[in-house]
Amino acid sequence: MANDSESPLIQVNGIDSFYGERHILKNVNLAIQPGEILVIMGSSGSGKSTLLKNILGLLKPATGQIEIKGLDICQASKHELTELRKSMGVAFQGGALLSSLSVGDNIKLPLRHHTNLDEKTISIMTRLKLEMMNLAGFEDLMPSELSGGMLKRAGLARAVIMDPKLLFFDEPSAGLDPVTSAELDELILKLREAMNMTIVVVTHELESAFKIADRITILFDGEIVITGTVEEIKSCQDERVVNLINRTPRDERIDAQQYLQRLTRENQ
Amino acid sequence: MAFDCSDHGQYKVLHLTGEVDLSNSSVVKKSLLKILEEGRSVIVDFSALTYIDSSGMATLVEGLNFANSRDLNLYIAGAVGAPLQVLELTRLNQVFNMVDAVEAVQE
Repeated sequence: MANDSESPLIQVNGIDSFYGERHILKNVNLAIQPGEILVIMGSSGSGKSTLLKNILGLLKPATGQIEIKGLDICQASKHELTELRKSMGVAFQGGALLSSLSVGDNIKLPLRHHTNLDEKTISIMTRLKLEMMNLAGFEDLMPSELSGGMLKRAGLARAVIMDPKLLFFDEPSAGLDPVTSAELDELILKLREAMNMTIVVVTHELESAFKIADRITILFDGEIVITGTVEEIKSCQDERVVNLINRTPRDERIDAQQYLQRLTRENQ
Repeated sequence: MAFDCSDHGQYKVLHLTGEVDLSNSSVVKKSLLKILEEGRSVIVDFSALTYIDSSGMATLVEGLNFANSRDLNLYIAGAVGAPLQVLELTRLNQVFNMVDAVEAVQE
């Protein structure tokens, strides 16, 4: 479990992020403790994937600062970022496997690239991870031969092959049947316990979030509405949080002038 | 990570202390295979081990496979906490001979 007495593993300080002129993240502050499972929630377009991309260093915020293990990733050198990323695993929504490599070779890739382990050890490690993901025997298949759920699990196998201390998981449940989705939730909890992982999950699946999260951060239109425990989220009276929990469609008030400008602006 | 060896009757005991991970699992592998190549059965003592990653587990799997091919025994003794959870997560607790303590293996 998270230990509040330790300094945060990830510290996000007042970041703003844009896509073109669109203001996606607005003064986002977040601290993630070692050993914690933090779930970032929000409806589509709330900015949760953008926040993840900023934390991963794939997007640079316009303002603010992001520190991971004490390293300011916006100011870090390429070498420092590469070293940091060796201790991080990322499971992307669609698995993000290389289509020209077999499932096994995809999973082995980080080990071959970053370690001096011999092939025999690498093969056993890969098969252990495939067993964990219920993908035993699929090592020689190509990604195109896997179903969506299998691709996702293969992507997770690759994300954890180096036993990272920090795991990011984008939409683990999306597109999965309820049983596979529940199994994946269990796996996330076991990974944290057994491997001492800190895990950041981006999802819009309420049931999954309530099951795995130590704390949940809810984003709405690029702003953090609340970061709190499952109980705190459930008892939150903020209309935006209540609507998300009750799955109420949002009645979004738009800024007419800004909307018109977006529709009619000249291409630059 | 630190490790040392002792004897327990016909068995060589490999005591692992601290964390076994990518940075040191090859050292464990070398020692483990050396003992087995000398024709000794092994007890790997987990009681002072706080963490083992999958490169460490892969090393033990290689050791077990080698031991089986030579009719030797490989026991894991005293696994608790995170290392035990790794064994359970990978279901290797059903593959290895697990004992509570080194002394539980008959000399």
